[in-house]
Amino acid sequence: MSTRRLAEDQPASFEFTPENKAWLETQIAKYPDGRQASMVVPALWQAQKQNDNWLPQAAIEKVADALGMAKIRVLEIATFYSMFNLEPVGKYFIQLCGTTPCLLAGSDEIIEVLQRRVGPQRRVTDDGLFSWIEVECLGACCNAPMVQINDDYYEDLTAENFEKLLDNLAAGRPVKIGSQIGRVSSEPVGKLTSLTSFYGDGAK
Amino acid sequence: MTKILVDGVEVDVPGDFTLLQACEQAGVEVPRFCYHERLSIAGNCRMCLVEVKGGPPKPQASCAMSVKDLRPGPNGAPPEVLTKSPMVKKAREGVMEFLLINHPLDCPICDQGGECDLQDQALVFGVDSSRYHENKRAVEDKYIGVLVKTEMNRCIHCTRCVRFTAEVAGTGDMGAIGRGEDMEITTYLESAMTSELQGNVADLCPVGALLPKPQSFRARPWEYQKTETIDVMDALGSAIRVDSRGREVMRILPRINDLVNEEWISDKARQIVDGLKTQRLDRPYIRENGRLRPASWREALAAVAAKTKATSPSRIGALVGDLAAVEETFALKLLAQQLGTPNLDCRQDGAKLDPKFGRASYLFNATIAGIEQAGAALIIGANPRKESPVLNARIRKRWLKGDFKISLVGERADLTYGYDYLGAGPESLLQFIRSAKPAERLLVVVGQGALARDDGEAALTLAAQAAQSLGGLSDGWNGFSVLHTAAARVGALDLGFTPGAGGLDARAMAKTGALDLIFNLGADEIAIEPGAFVVYIGAHGDRGAHRADVILPGAAYTEKSGLYVNTEGRVQRAFRVVFPPGEAREDWAVLRALSGALGNPLPFDSLAALRRRLVETHPHFAQVDEIAEGESAQIVALANHPAVAMKDPFVPAIQNFYFTNPIARASAVMAECSALAQGRFAQAAE
Repeated sequence: MSTRRLAEDQPASFEFTPENKAWLETQIAKYPDGRQASMVVPALWQAQKQNDNWLPQAAIEKVADALGMAKIRVLEIATFYSMFNLEPVGKYFIQLCGTTPCLLAGSDEIIEVLQRRVGPQRRVTDDGLFSWIEVECLGACCNAPMVQINDDYYEDLTAENFEKLLDNLAAGRPVKIGSQIGRVSSEPVGKLTSLTSFYGDGAK
Repeated sequence: MTKILVDGVEVDVPGDFTLLQACEQAGVEVPRFCYHERLSIAGNCRMCLVEVKGGPPKPQASCAMSVKDLRPGPNGAPPEVLTKSPMVKKAREGVMEFLLINHPLDCPICDQGGECDLQDQALVFGVDSSRYHENKRAVEDKYIGVLVKTEMNRCIHCTRCVRFTAEVAGTGDMGAIGRGEDMEITTYLESAMTSELQGNVADLCPVGALLPKPQSFRARPWEYQKTETIDVMDALGSAIRVDSRGREVMRILPRINDLVNEEWISDKARQIVDGLKTQRLDRPYIRENGRLRPASWREALAAVAAKTKATSPSRIGALVGDLAAVEETFALKLLAQQLGTPNLDCRQDGAKLDPKFGRASYLFNATIAGIEQAGAALIIGANPRKESPVLNARIRKRWLKGDFKISLVGERADLTYGYDYLGAGPESLLQFIRSAKPAERLLVVVGQGALARDDGEAALTLAAQAAQSLGGLSDGWNGFSVLHTAAARVGALDLGFTPGAGGLDARAMAKTGALDLIFNLGADEIAIEPGAFVVYIGAHGDRGAHRADVILPGAAYTEKSGLYVNTEGRVQRAFRVVFPPGEAREDWAVLRALSGALGNPLPFDSLAALRRRLVETHPHFAQVDEIAEGESAQIVALANHPAVAMKDPFVPAIQNFYFTNPIARASAVMAECSALAQGRFAQAAE
């Protein structure tokens, strides 16, 4: 991760949608008086969801106003958590895990695909569909290599099935979430290699 | 109280003391960066690690662990803290090595060099060489205002500045963005800090990351002559240390005085330094054909003497400004007595404070430290944040402790704490007095904005009534507190520098045709209308000097020794730091010379003789650093006066915090701050 700054091009204003505004009000009301600042992460998250998955400066200021916080306090939160995107992302925002287990399992092949098809990190494709970024371990090491696209994990990737996944996403076809080679959650890929018998069965 | 062994020495401390405080109690020094007595505990620098027995078996941050967290031994032996064990030594060396990983080795070009905590502690607790060969982190410098320069490579992330602006200043200007190695201390997107106390963050910074901008690359700390004295920019009388080199005042720093300013000073107190060097009156002037021409002392004094002799006493007046010390005020009073004029006044703003109501009627009786004992507050016609930022921080400190209801009558403003707004003028106050429930230990802060108007006496009376009926007066508590804005005011009122029988007050004196001759001792906030012959004794070419017919150059507050009485009535001594420039002289000496030229010398030849004379007639001036308390009975008496107030809203006494006196108006730094505060200053480019 590197120093995170707000995007250069910022929209002039940000306004919560009526639904989100109502949601915000009901949520804020849950907190005791003077403790509204505790609401800052959900509020920012909602703002990000509303704004095509990234947080503009105006949204940060809106949240600060809504919660009665100094703007710098909200900026601290927004820059601290990498889940807040401070610049525009593609419709499909790909977070690629490049940590050791994924790397050993071939995440560099996936990176190569991304660089070829999407371009350098943090750049949105011209059609606005994709952007990608390398992140630290996402906790799906059993199914390495993997990426997270928006809210979902796509696991057991190879260069081929990943390209197909991108094609399907680009064409708007349905895609399979989770393992791309058909295994269920993190069960062994082939047959069982250990714990093949119940305890006691193998004893002679 | 809990017993604890610190390096084998047993100390008995309260259980909620931190280990670091216990160590200090035992006389053991523990290095620290993030810990600060007056800020919350962060525990993030790790420099204060100690070894404990009776607690976790690893180095503990002594600032963040309290004495009661430690268990006694199996046989009831007290818990033990070791600060000199091999484990502690190694831990400190490790922490220091980590701190220095990203800290640049630029001490030779760093202004903090010589007074740098990191430099000092690296010398004592660090190791002699580095094992780090990788690239150091580089951080962009930030724009955070005109008073504090940043050099963010040097930052060690102690967050003292963040905690100061959030807790003491209350503006929440600074923060830490990013995380881990990428954490950066900054304001919100390169905006300037908005606090009137922002200069203090440079003092708090243990390294050279935040430095006073106006003093960049000027001097090394060991070159300074350090003089401990008193600030006169507001009526608080903050303890300051003035650093000078040769004949030049270089910088002003706060000193610790828990009774007054704790260890903060306002930006005006700190950064008017350049104002002491500009617009100075360094020789006498005489007005001829409408223009001021330089003159010799002999000529100037002769001109004044001739005019004085030609004027009848009842047509002579004397004004004292906001920065005058007690001695020169006293000397001017003696001179006025000699001349036989009743026209004296020290209240150039027209405040209706009068010694005839007793000393309690014009003091901040609750005392500044006493604010912390108050149970509720009523602020009348004041904006404490502008009139005395450090005192405002004290009110905020009390407010942060909770259970402290503040009510305000006057102009709405961001005071950095919450309050109930009662209304703008006297009728809201009257209604509050009639309807509010009495509080325990009410603090009634009366600003000059409520007093410096035609019905000021009525406002004063209403404030006294509020104090009397709402719990402001009780055993051991006198909450009636006048917040002054002028450093000279309380001292002058103590001397009775107010109109004598049949005398005119300041506003009447300034009217055309009222008087023929006015001695103006540094009163620059009053417009004297054409007509009278004005003799201005002062240090700066400001409004008073422009209106003068003869200018007798005096000394600024750093150039004279003198007594000042702060708003709570505390007598404090200011000391001379440097000599006045050119032919200027200390004001008391100017008045003594003037009396000589008039043929009737004042009865003293030295400051010491003047002080002896002063103390004879006003003994409480001998009690330096003490408060001669006002009597509650005087407030009760004041409350019984009839009061008919007007309907006009109270207007705060200070419109522009940065321009309240001639020194501040001469300062380019203050002008910059003012422009920034007015929102006219273009924000620095990224």
